[in-house]
Amino acid sequence: MRTFLLSISFLLTSLWAVSNAPSHEEPQPAQQETTTSHEEKFNAGHMIIDHIVDSHDWHIATFGHTHITIPLPIILFDEGKLIVFSSAKFHHGEDSYKGYKIESDRKAGKGKIVKVIPGTMETDKTAARPLDFSITKTVVGIIISFIVLLLVFFPVARAYKRNAGHAPKGMQSLLEPVILFIRDDIAEPSIGKHYKRFMPFLLTLFFFIFFSNLIGLFPFFPGGANVTGNIAVTLVLAAFTFIITTFIGNRSYWLHIFNPPGVPWWLKFPLPLLPLIELAGVFIKPFVLMVRLFANITAGHIIVLGFVSLIFIFANMNPALGYGVSPVSVLFSVFISLLELLVAFIQAYVFTMLSALYFGMATEDHGHEHAHEASH
Amino acid sequence: MELVSPGIGLIFWMTLAFGLLLFILGKFVWPPIMRALSEREQAIELALHEADKARKEMEDLRFSNEQLLREAKEERDGILRDARKVRESIIEESKVKATEEANRILENATERIHFEKMAAITDLKNQIANLSIEIAEKILRQELSDPEKDKAIVRKSISDITLN
Repeated sequence: MRTFLLSISFLLTSLWAVSNAPSHEEPQPAQQETTTSHEEKFNAGHMIIDHIVDSHDWHIATFGHTHITIPLPIILFDEGKLIVFSSAKFHHGEDSYKGYKIESDRKAGKGKIVKVIPGTMETDKTAARPLDFSITKTVVGIIISFIVLLLVFFPVARAYKRNAGHAPKGMQSLLEPVILFIRDDIAEPSIGKHYKRFMPFLLTLFFFIFFSNLIGLFPFFPGGANVTGNIAVTLVLAAFTFIITTFIGNRSYWLHIFNPPGVPWWLKFPLPLLPLIELAGVFIKPFVLMVRLFANITAGHIIVLGFVSLIFIFANMNPALGYGVSPVSVLFSVFISLLELLVAFIQAYVFTMLSALYFGMATEDHGHEHAHEASH
Repeated sequence: MELVSPGIGLIFWMTLAFGLLLFILGKFVWPPIMRALSEREQAIELALHEADKARKEMEDLRFSNEQLLREAKEERDGILRDARKVRESIIEESKVKATEEANRILENATERIHFEKMAAITDLKNQIANLSIEIAEKILRQELSDPEKDKAIVRKSISDITLN
């Protein structure tokens, strides 16, 4: 298993090495256009948004006029056809390929893949957008988190088998308190005695979010992909929680939603006010889960990038001012990054905790009602 | 808007990746870890329980040891007491026996002395008789004139010898 995983990571690195080659020998016109776009006035907002949103290639660094990027595969479904090619064909958004280009207009959805009017670089506004299933930067980020999780947890699981009955060692002892924390402080108090069947989901959820958050804080490849700060990712995570909650919900759970006990009848009839609110709550809960994680991680990235941008904003006014501001900016960036380390853990904890609470609510027994009334 | 509009491709890949991750970790990683953790907890609980039991057993053992010791002491005391009694009785008995023996020996001795004395007296009587006869013979040889008279003298002299 280890060799298999190692070979995957090796494959990824070699892919990166190979993909560097073409970016060095860019065609001349593209380079000139890049130069002109770089000389436009520095816009912090645009820079930050461009760093946070997904993209079709993984930009690592730019030296002068040379971009070091990892081109990623573009996979499109358009009019029932599957179209696959490398994003290097777009030459960093300056070229069109097979009638597609990356939209550069911010108002029209920058970064999305759109059709062009044949022979030009103009967006074909009348054509439907192709379905974009590309392996984007975020998808690679997800895969990296995936591989890191496997690389970390397979040895740990093996250590538990080999080391059975002994004190934990190494990585095992590093992760055991976290696993126990999730089991004893999140799952068991929130769900009750049937917590065991939710443990695989809760553990996977926690460690995926936590590792992705941490990897996202690392500014260079293979970190830096804004995985948990992407709304599609948090949407899927929240959807998993929502679907599980909905499917495991017992009679008592749905009864509490459609006919909440212990409230005056006029709140339920003739206008089912409370049931409506409760039903809305069913959808609001996962929605809030989605937004909370996304907003927290995105906000952290925005603040760090904002402090870095300060240097360039001041440097645009006066280079000396830029140098003067940079120590302060770096210091604040470091401070926020440290804060983000905390946030990385807290958000993973909160997401897991709330998921566990929802599972607990959905599987609660009738005994709850008595306890509820007793507390009034 | 790009920031808050989830893309279909990303949703697809994320669902696939997370589902796969959930499956792989849920099948190969979490079960052995959770099992090992609960097994270890049970082992610890069992060990604590065993230790508690062992301590209790130890306590019991100590108690019974003390009991045993006390009993042993009592028994020893009893034995000693008995021994003393036996010793005294033996001494007493031997004293009695010794006295009896001594008395018996004394008695025997007395009897024997008496017997010897009687024997000696008898012997003496016989010898005296013989001596008397010899004396009488001698006298007779001198005074053969009147044997009757002699005899009377002898008789007289014998009866004169009072024994004891």
